[in-house]
Amino acid sequence: MTVNEEQTTISVALEDLTREVEALHAGGYRLVQIGCTGTGETYEINYSFDKDYQYRNLRLTVEPETEIPSISGIYWGAFVYENEMHDLFGIPVTGINIDFKGTFIRTAEKYPFSVTRSGGDRCRNA
Amino acid sequence: MPERIVVPFGPQHPVLPEPIHLDLVLEDETVVDVVPSIGYIHRGLEQLVQKREFTEYVYVAERICGICSFMHALCYSQGIEHIMGIEVPDRAKYLRTIWSECSRLHSHLLWLGLFADGMGFENLFMRSWQLRESVLDTLEDTTGGRVIQGTCKVGGVRRDIGQEKLDEMHRALDPFEEECRDLGDIFLNDDTVKYRLQGLSVISKDDAYALGAVGPTARASGVPVDHRETGYAAYGDLGFKPVVETAGDCYARCAVRVKEIYASIDLIRRAIDQIPEGALDVKVKGTPDGEYFSRVEQPRGEVVHYLRGNGTKHLARARIRTPTLANIPPLVKMLPGAQLADVPVVVLSIDPCISCTER
Repeated sequence: MTVNEEQTTISVALEDLTREVEALHAGGYRLVQIGCTGTGETYEINYSFDKDYQYRNLRLTVEPETEIPSISGIYWGAFVYENEMHDLFGIPVTGINIDFKGTFIRTAEKYPFSVTRSGGDRCRNA
Repeated sequence: MPERIVVPFGPQHPVLPEPIHLDLVLEDETVVDVVPSIGYIHRGLEQLVQKREFTEYVYVAERICGICSFMHALCYSQGIEHIMGIEVPDRAKYLRTIWSECSRLHSHLLWLGLFADGMGFENLFMRSWQLRESVLDTLEDTTGGRVIQGTCKVGGVRRDIGQEKLDEMHRALDPFEEECRDLGDIFLNDDTVKYRLQGLSVISKDDAYALGAVGPTARASGVPVDHRETGYAAYGDLGFKPVVETAGDCYARCAVRVKEIYASIDLIRRAIDQIPEGALDVKVKGTPDGEYFSRVEQPRGEVVHYLRGNGTKHLARARIRTPTLANIPPLVKMLPGAQLADVPVVVLSIDPCISCTER
């Protein structure tokens, strides 16, 4: 039997992020991915979840210097995406359960790797 | 209390054809913690989307991986088609399904060979790869390419498979399935293989789901997630039921892949039986303006292509979440408790594809 896939995206404020993620976790959703998109002066961060092929996407829009709270306390595996987001885009994420501090993706270039990054870099190797 | 030592595993290791690094924290010979790191061959292919036209990027998407190359092209093309409202002809959907399942077949046979090699079962390795060769030959006959097929494009497919070739493929499926079942019988029933794999690095259903495991890694723990159930390409017509095991150990992960080989052969057989006549593609007009999270079930699990068009011929963003990246957290959780000598087998049990991960 074919299952219909639905995708919905809702914007969330930074202060509501953790609460929204907790609600999805409590609702039985699995974490699919966290991805960052540079949109000129800001970054869009997509937190994607799935339950029975129903795709829920939380969208956070932040300035380059904004610190993002980690969701790895809710979804343990989120550290992969949060470290990746930090290493490639320079997004500061606070409270990651396994914080590689810029060494998760071992590129020869100093992070942030992305040439799309704008603004100053407050991320520093430990 | 035993002294703790850290043993580096990779980026160069006999069982790893591609580089990934794990810091293994050991107490005597037992793994107690694992710290992974990637990025040794990071290629920045996501960034390249801003420099290639959206129709050309199919070639780049296909080169993300040398094993599931066709499925990357398919996932990307389906995403663009969804954004642009393009309806692909039915024959193209069936051809995409046939080539996808051929990719899954050769990927699983490749993995079975590597897994056998990791266990030290050399002749089983050679037998697996011998069978894989016939799938690669079919891919070469029908697409012109063994590794990179180049047949998927936005709006359909570039090449057809003639009825004579389809009939030949259909006739070859029965003896091929028999050989695969003989091979699978060893993986599933050989005492040495079972002794080596059963009970090794168990991950529970709840943990697999909570950690975001995908593909055979998730299904071996009883999580019935397989994106083919959504009916993309021709899967909706053919009908599909995921292969699920419940033990959650290395043996279950192996068993899922063995049984998925049989399922793929069955899907190809039914796709050849039901493939309709008709056009191979539709003309693509305009440029993509919008966004979509395109998802396809690759041999290693669900891949996600997030595509965003801005109305120009270049996409604003392509973000690709590959199955191996999603399976790293489960790997980190399943390794503690394993013996050092078992680490290569456990790492291989998630079928890591670093090429995909380092897109």
